[in-house]
Amino acid sequence: MSRLVFSRKPARFALARVAGAIMPGAGASVGPLAIESDELLPLPTPDWVRLRPRLAGICGSDLALIDGTASAYFDPLVSYPFTPGHEVVADVLNADGSAGRRVALVPVLSCITRGIDPLCTACAAGQINLCERVAFGHLQPGLQSGFCSDTGGGWSHEMIAHPSQLVDLPADLSDEAAVLIEPTACAAHAAARYTGDETVILGAGTLGLLTLAAITARNGNRRGPIVVTARYAEQKRLAKELGADVVCTSDELPRWVRSSTKSLMIGDQLTCGARHVIDCVGSTESMKQALQVVAPGGEVQLVGMPSNVSLELTSLWHREVAIRGCYAYSHADFHTAIDIIRHHDLARLLSATYALSDYTDAIAHAASAGRRGAVKIAFDMRGN
Amino acid sequence: MPRPGFVLEVDRSTPSILFWRGENFSLEKLPAGRSRVIYPPEPLEALSDIDGAIRNALLNPIDQDPLATQMFPGMKLTIAFDDVSLPLPKMRRPDVRQRVIEAVLDTAAQAGVDDVHIIAALGLHRRMHEYEMRHALGDRVYDAFHGRGMLYQHDAEDHDNLSVIGTTDHGEVLEINKRAADSDLVVYVNINSVAMDGGWKSITTGLASYRCLSFHHNPETLENTKSLMGHRHQSALHTSVWRLGQVLKDHGPKIFQIETTLNTDMFPSPFEFINKREWEWTAKDRATFLGTTKSLNRTPIKLARKIFHGIEGPHQMTSVQAGETEAVHKITLEHVHRQQLMEVQGQTDILTLGIPFVSPYNPDGVMNPVLVMCMGLGYLFNMYRNKPLVREGGVVIMTHPCYRDFNPVHHPSYIDFFEQVLSDTTNPAEMSRKWEKQYAEDEWYRHLYRTGNAYHGVHPFYAWYWGAHGLKHAGKVIIVGGDPPTVRRLGFTPASTMDDAFEIASDVVGRSPTITHLHVPALLIADVQ
Repeated sequence: MSRLVFSRKPARFALARVAGAIMPGAGASVGPLAIESDELLPLPTPDWVRLRPRLAGICGSDLALIDGTASAYFDPLVSYPFTPGHEVVADVLNADGSAGRRVALVPVLSCITRGIDPLCTACAAGQINLCERVAFGHLQPGLQSGFCSDTGGGWSHEMIAHPSQLVDLPADLSDEAAVLIEPTACAAHAAARYTGDETVILGAGTLGLLTLAAITARNGNRRGPIVVTARYAEQKRLAKELGADVVCTSDELPRWVRSSTKSLMIGDQLTCGARHVIDCVGSTESMKQALQVVAPGGEVQLVGMPSNVSLELTSLWHREVAIRGCYAYSHADFHTAIDIIRHHDLARLLSATYALSDYTDAIAHAASAGRRGAVKIAFDMRGN
Repeated sequence: MPRPGFVLEVDRSTPSILFWRGENFSLEKLPAGRSRVIYPPEPLEALSDIDGAIRNALLNPIDQDPLATQMFPGMKLTIAFDDVSLPLPKMRRPDVRQRVIEAVLDTAAQAGVDDVHIIAALGLHRRMHEYEMRHALGDRVYDAFHGRGMLYQHDAEDHDNLSVIGTTDHGEVLEINKRAADSDLVVYVNINSVAMDGGWKSITTGLASYRCLSFHHNPETLENTKSLMGHRHQSALHTSVWRLGQVLKDHGPKIFQIETTLNTDMFPSPFEFINKREWEWTAKDRATFLGTTKSLNRTPIKLARKIFHGIEGPHQMTSVQAGETEAVHKITLEHVHRQQLMEVQGQTDILTLGIPFVSPYNPDGVMNPVLVMCMGLGYLFNMYRNKPLVREGGVVIMTHPCYRDFNPVHHPSYIDFFEQVLSDTTNPAEMSRKWEKQYAEDEWYRHLYRTGNAYHGVHPFYAWYWGAHGLKHAGKVIIVGGDPPTVRRLGFTPASTMDDAFEIASDVVGRSPTITHLHVPALLIADVQ
C-alpha cells in the first residue's frame, strides 16, 4: 500500500519549476513528489472515517503544484507533507477494514470539517467554498483534502474524511463517471451564472468542456451562441458534441465574437462582445482575450486557476467589466454534477488511468492531455 | 506579325513547362503522349496613335451623335470608369482611363459643361487608395476634381444616393448611383480585359447597389453561367445583366459607352520569360528564370509581393470604340476575340492551372485562399467558349502556396468567411442560404467598405460563387504546393508535387488521363470544339 507525498523541499521545488518550464509535467520526476508507504492517519474526531480511494483524478491545480507554478498565495493554505488528490471516488472503510459505501469526496475543508463552532457566515449559508476559517480549527491548513497533511489525499490507498464531505453514489454510476463529479461540480458552480446571453468559454480542457456541459445540460434559455475556444482536434470535436454553437481557435475568437454580436471594432477592441466570458485557462493571454471580447458591462468569470498575470485594465475600467472568481462549489453542486454527468455520458472524458507507481507517466500524460487527444487522467487504485 | 495561339502536344523532347505558384514559379514535366499545352496568341500590335484613336471614337461614335454634340452648358455630366481590378498587372502610365477621360473632359470643357462628376464604378469592390486613383486617372484629373468633391468612388450602400430606374420582367430591380441616374449624360470608360466585361455589365454592376447585384451575383445564376467568357446565351449572368441593360436603356439616363481593348503584353523585363514558350527560351531567359526563382525562394513573402505588385505591364491599347452600348460592345468583343480567341480540339481529363500572385480582387494585396479558388475555378476555368476545357467530372489541378494569409484592410470579411463559412460549408447555395444575409448586413463590414478600403461584406461569397460552375463541373480539385489545412478548408485536396497530384487524380480519371495545361499569364479564350 502506497501513497504519493508532496513535501516541502525547496531545492527540489526549484528543480521542478525548471523541469516543468521545459516540459509540462516533468516536475513529477525531479520535484518534491515521491511515492511512499501508506501510514495510518489519526482521525481528528471519532466521527471521521477512513476512505479507500478507487479512482482519483489529476487536476490542473495539481499539475501547477507539481511543476512549481502554483501561486505563493497558497503557501499558508497548504500544510506539508501532503498527499495530493481531491477528485476522489472511494469506498468508506468499515471498522473491520472492509469496504462500505461508495462515495464521492467533497474535498473542501470548511468550518464543519475543522470542528469550528459556530460556523462562519459563508458555511452557515452553505457556501463552503467561501469558508472564512479555511486554515483554522483542529486541522492543519489546507483549503481542500489533497492539500492538507492531516487528511491525506486521493493519490493513495487510504485517506480520511469527515462525514460531511461524503456524497453517496448511485449504484449505476460507474467509478469512471464518479471521478468526474468533483470537477463537474466546479463547472456546475460556474454555469450557475449563465444567463442565456452570448457566452464565450475560453479553453476546452477538462474544465472548459465540463463547464460547457454544465451549461448545455441544464439551460433551455439559450438566447445567444456559446462560443468555445479549443486548440486540439479532439477538444473541438467534444465541444461540438457537448453543444457549443461555435468552436474555434483562440486566434479566431475575436472575429467570431465580433460577427455574432454585431460588433464594430476600435483597434483590437470589440465595441460590443459577449455578455459572459468564462475563462477556463487562467493565463495572461486568456485573460487579455477575455477582456478583448467581453461586452461593456459584461462579466469575466475566472474558472481556471490563475496565477501571476499581467493585464492592461483600462478597458475593464472604461467598459465597466467585472472580473469574478469562481472557486469550487457547494454540496448541492455535487448532486447537480451527477445529473450533468448522466445527461452527457461524461464518463467518456476519462481518457486513461494509471497505477500510483506509474505516477510520472500519469502526470506527463495529464500535462499534455490536449495534445495527446485526452481529457481527464486519473490514478486507479482498484487493482491493489 | 504576332503568332496565333498554339496547342503543343507534349512529347519526350518537350521541356518542362512554366507554372505560376503565387509569388514564384515552378517548371513541371508533363507526361508525354497525352498532355498538351495551350499557348495564347501573341500580343497584337498596339494602335499607333492612341490619343488620335480616342479622339476619333468620340467624334465618330457608333449609333450615336458625336460626343461634343451631346454636350451643352448647364448639363449634368457623369463620367464613370472601371476600377483598378483591371488590367493586371497595372498598366504603365499613362493608363488608358486617364487618356480617355482627359479627352472626354476636353470635349466637355469646349462645350461649356462645368457640372461634371467622375465616379469610380466599384460595385462592391474596395475603394481605391489615392495612389491607385492617381495611377488610373493621372495627377491632373485627380487634382482638379478630387479636392472639389467631384471625383469620388461609388458606394453601393449609400441609400440616399441610389436611385431605382425600373424593374425587369423577371423582377430584377435596377438600382444605380443617383448622380448617374439623374445625369443628362453618363459617359462610361471601360477597359475590356476579358470577354465577360463591358456592355451593360459596366453600369449595371459598377454603379449598382448590393440589392441590384444580388439578382445575378448568386449561386443559381453563376452555376447556370455555362460560359462566362463565351456566347451570351450560355451565360445566365449576362442574360440577367442584359435584361437590366434594357431597363437602363428604356428608363435610365443617356449612356455614351467608351470601350477599349488591350493586347496581352503583360510583363516587362526581366519577366519577359513568362510570356514566352519554353522551348524558345534563350540562355538569358533560363538564367533569368533560375535567378528569379532562387531569389524569390529566399525573399520574404511580403517583399516578394511588393516586387510583383510593383510590376507595371507594357500592355497597350488595340482598339477604342464609343457610342451606343450594345453596338459598341459587339465591336469590342470582336477585338477581344482577335487577341484572345483560339480553337482547341476537344476536352481533357485533367486541366492544370498555374495560379499567379494576383487576381482582379487583390490588386496590391494578398492572394488569399478564397481568391485562389476564385482565380482558378472562377476565372481560368472559365476561359473558354462552347464547353469547358476539362470534361465534366474531370480534375482541375492548380499550383499555388495557398497560404492562410489575408489582407485585413482589403479583405476583412474574407477572413471571417474562411474561418466561419468555409468551416461550415463549401456549397455555394448552402452558404448563400445560411450566411450571406449576415455578412451583407454586418455593420462593421459596411463601415469598412464605405469608409476604408475593404471589399463589401458579401464579396467573398461572390468570389466563391464565381467558381460555382467550376466547382460543380469538376470531379476533384487539387492544389499542388498549398498549405494542406488551408487547401482542405477550401474543400480541395492538397498535393506536394505535380506527380502526386496526377496520382491522386487517377482515382477520378484513371491511370492514363489526357492533360491540358493553360499557359498563364496571357489571356485567352479556348474555343473548345
